[in-house]
Amino acid sequence: MEGLYAICVGILTSCGIYLLLRGRTFPVILGLIMLSYAVNLFLFASGRLNSNMAAILGESATYADPLPQALVLTAIVIGFAMTAFMLVLSIRAYSENGNDHVDGKPADERVHDSSIAADKGGRKA
Amino acid sequence: MSLLWIPLLPLLGTLVPLLAARLERTTILALTAIAPALALMVLFSFTDRVFSGDTLTFTLSWVPVLGLDLSFRLDGLGYLFSLLIIGIGLLVILYARFYLSGDDSITRFYASLLLFMTAMLGIVLSNNLLQLWMFWELTSLSSFLLIAFWHDNSAARKGARQALTVTAMGGLALLAGLVLIGQIVGSFDLSVVLASGDLLREHSLYPVILILVLLGAFTKSAQFPFHFWLPHAMAAPTPVSAYLHSATMVKAGIFLLARFHPVLADTDLWITIVTLTGLMTLALAAYFALFKHDIKALLAYSTVSHLGLITLLMGLGTELAMMAALFHVINHALFKAPLFMAAGIVDHETGTRDLRQLNGLWKFMPITATLTMTAAASMAGLPLLNGFLSKEMMFAEALKFDHFGALSWLIPVLAVFGAIFSVAYSIRLVHDLFFNGEPKRLPRMPHEPPAMMWLPVAFFVVLVVLVGLAPALVEPMLLSAVSAASGQAAPDAHLHLWHGFNMALLMSAIAIGAGLWIYGRRLHLYDFQDRFPEINASENFDQGVKNVMYRCREWYERLDNGSLQRASFLLLTFTLVILLPTLTAKAGPGQVFNVKPMDGAMLSGTLLLVFGAIMVVILHHRRLLSLLMMSVVGLVVALIFVLFSAPDLALTQLSVEVVTLILIVLALFFLPHKTPEESSSPRVMRDLGIAGLFGALMGTLTYALITRPFDTISGFFTENAKIGGGGTNVVNVILVDFRGFDTFGEITVLGIAALGIFKLLAGVRLHYRSADAAGMTWSGDKHPFMLNVVSQSMLPLALLVSAYIFLRGHNMPGGGFIAGLITTIAIIQQYIAHGIDWLQTRFRFEYSILIASGLLIATVTGMGSMVLGYPFLTSWFDYITWPIVGKFEVASAIAFDLGVYLTVVGSTLMILTNLGKLTTAHRPREEEAN
Repeated sequence: MEGLYAICVGILTSCGIYLLLRGRTFPVILGLIMLSYAVNLFLFASGRLNSNMAAILGESATYADPLPQALVLTAIVIGFAMTAFMLVLSIRAYSENGNDHVDGKPADERVHDSSIAADKGGRKA
Repeated sequence: MSLLWIPLLPLLGTLVPLLAARLERTTILALTAIAPALALMVLFSFTDRVFSGDTLTFTLSWVPVLGLDLSFRLDGLGYLFSLLIIGIGLLVILYARFYLSGDDSITRFYASLLLFMTAMLGIVLSNNLLQLWMFWELTSLSSFLLIAFWHDNSAARKGARQALTVTAMGGLALLAGLVLIGQIVGSFDLSVVLASGDLLREHSLYPVILILVLLGAFTKSAQFPFHFWLPHAMAAPTPVSAYLHSATMVKAGIFLLARFHPVLADTDLWITIVTLTGLMTLALAAYFALFKHDIKALLAYSTVSHLGLITLLMGLGTELAMMAALFHVINHALFKAPLFMAAGIVDHETGTRDLRQLNGLWKFMPITATLTMTAAASMAGLPLLNGFLSKEMMFAEALKFDHFGALSWLIPVLAVFGAIFSVAYSIRLVHDLFFNGEPKRLPRMPHEPPAMMWLPVAFFVVLVVLVGLAPALVEPMLLSAVSAASGQAAPDAHLHLWHGFNMALLMSAIAIGAGLWIYGRRLHLYDFQDRFPEINASENFDQGVKNVMYRCREWYERLDNGSLQRASFLLLTFTLVILLPTLTAKAGPGQVFNVKPMDGAMLSGTLLLVFGAIMVVILHHRRLLSLLMMSVVGLVVALIFVLFSAPDLALTQLSVEVVTLILIVLALFFLPHKTPEESSSPRVMRDLGIAGLFGALMGTLTYALITRPFDTISGFFTENAKIGGGGTNVVNVILVDFRGFDTFGEITVLGIAALGIFKLLAGVRLHYRSADAAGMTWSGDKHPFMLNVVSQSMLPLALLVSAYIFLRGHNMPGGGFIAGLITTIAIIQQYIAHGIDWLQTRFRFEYSILIASGLLIATVTGMGSMVLGYPFLTSWFDYITWPIVGKFEVASAIAFDLGVYLTVVGSTLMILTNLGKLTTAHRPREEEAN
């Protein structure tokens, strides 16, 4: 059981980080969401994995650790706020820049810019 | 009266001129002077106790574990400096009123001046090293404001920047030194530190500490080679120069030397460094002062030279030298402040400070001339004036010095060299200003200043003469200061007007004679000096700063070329590199505990999750599809929470998932629907590699964590949830009660995020397409009838469910967060089904008000417990019997949860509707815009 759980966290982290390294805002946001799933599961697991032990008093003899649950609950909601903010930021950036690259302009345009700068420098010399 | 009032009164006083800004200038002057005057009276009330050798202290504990206290002490040394700071400050306040023109903001000036006064008092009265440092930096900052008072003048800005850079760098060195002292002594309490002299001097880090502390002192007191900032700081208004650069701030370094004398002084290293630095500064600055044509520059170099003299005396190490040093601190302040003020008067009345233009002012301003001549005579060290006395003492101590063996004669000789030039530049100042022919091309016709301007000058000059004739007047104060600075009983020494015919007197006579002779031959000297290229330390410094900035930028650009992908990659790689040693370190044999057999549910969940996650990555170029895959992952995560006994988490995850999905779909309406394939294959391989490494790392970590023995602090929460918090759902009780403050902070963040989104979307210009990526146009039927009907009839039901979830939250899975999200989804459904316009006429809610009232309710609930004398957010609950329903529990936590609920609803709806509003019909379509 623990092994499967660990695989889930690992896969979510991998996919999250891969998407985080993409060049457009949308996959980056998806990557962040994935990463927050992974982190939430990791934090949650610090209370260990217990089935049928919900921390409702009187429902069972022993209880799962409620503290990580409370922390993760707030983390989920904050994660939502962050996702929403990033999304709106990306929309705003798209409307300002006319493209959705994380740097404000696609890589090929940047090369173009620097070649212009080099031309200017050459002319000066 | 408490000691605290001495620094506190000027601090409160900074507000006075700001509040009185609209009043007449003289009224502002009178009101501003009140606070320092009161502080002076408080200081006077301690006179007897300080002079009898008491050290008064005042302490307010803040973080005692870290040695952070608000702690003041008043001993003889602090008394002497405080008297100078407040007394001269008051006279400068008076003078500034008439010096500053009507266009200058006198309120800003006074506020900065009083802030500076507070900082200075803080330094000389601190009984805690870190606090002392804080005030030390505050003087740098407030003096920056004062030097740059005329901030439209580029020289003022440059001078201020340079002064700040040099003194703040010294301040950082000082901080390092003080922290080391604190580490070695084990306390930041000055009283403890002062008693640990031997410990510090014998410690192997002593040289490091000494050099760091001296760096702080020398930069502040403009000692060679850090002297260059002081002449440039003369771009400040003259009252500032008179106050900061003659009497107070530059003396802070001297104060530091005196304060740490008992713990750091009297070692070979101290004597060598301090004596030689002082000597160099004394001689060089006196020489250069003669060649300055600007009165204030001349006075600035003279100040540097006199500071060098005091530093030299600090280095000599004897008690008499300390006495001479502190005596000269008083004397220098008394004669230099009026000289600066006189320079200000001349500048004010003639419009220039150039000694080549200003001549023969005697006929125009005899009062100013008389006062200036007296003060300058004291600066030159003529008998019967105070400057003479301390200079004699300095000569006497210099003669006794034998620490450098056969080279010890250098000290008295160079001291006389400095004194000769000191006489020469003093004569030049007087002769060029008031005699030596007629004024040349003055911008203004000179005349005497208003009486209120020369009165402060006269006050100083009277003191100069008084102390010169009857030095016994300051003796008690001086002796108590010396005893505080040396850490021993007061020396059995007295100040005398006449020491008889001795070597020191001869040296004085030589200085005066040679000074006159040199001034007579000054024109040859000017020629001689002109042959050297000017060494401009200030420009060198600026160039150095520029070079450092340039190198930093170069390095920075190498690290960060503006590509986020590259920066993220570097960050991740760096994280791995840092973690490497820990990860490869040999741990003990790993023991695996409580591993449970896998069951079908978990296995299928894992398969689904892995499939979804990988599909998101594979399909990420087709955004809508990858989003759908993403929601599969989210659902599985919620199911995992269900499986492992976390119903609250599952509910939250599920509802957040829904809201997020709606939000992203809305966002996709505006964003491109496809991600272009632009990553090259090596880039993809590289990213896959690092992602894989991180995934493996996280997976291993997780496995290691969950198979280790388990020890938790949660027992406390489970035991006290019912008796202390009155609820059986421990997670909810933790959220609204035990850790209520965290939750409070969290809903605040949520509200801020919503407001930030609102602001980001205000004024955004977007075009949305009339067709999707495949060329299909949107459905003409905007609000399908079925959806319309179903969602409308669902609304009351959904709201009922959310109310139920909310109310049972304290005892069963549920609570404010989840209920809030359910309500949001229910309302969003109405938006989807009917459109914004339809809803706006029926559903009039300002979401910002919802957020605000939610936060307000949470705050008021928390404060309620404070009113009753409990800490913030202590909850209360009781059982009341209700007819029919029976026993019913009422907890204040539910009010707090209501605040959470309202904030969540307000924030999420604000986010979603603001994004949704962008899609309404009255926006331009892409074709129209094109």
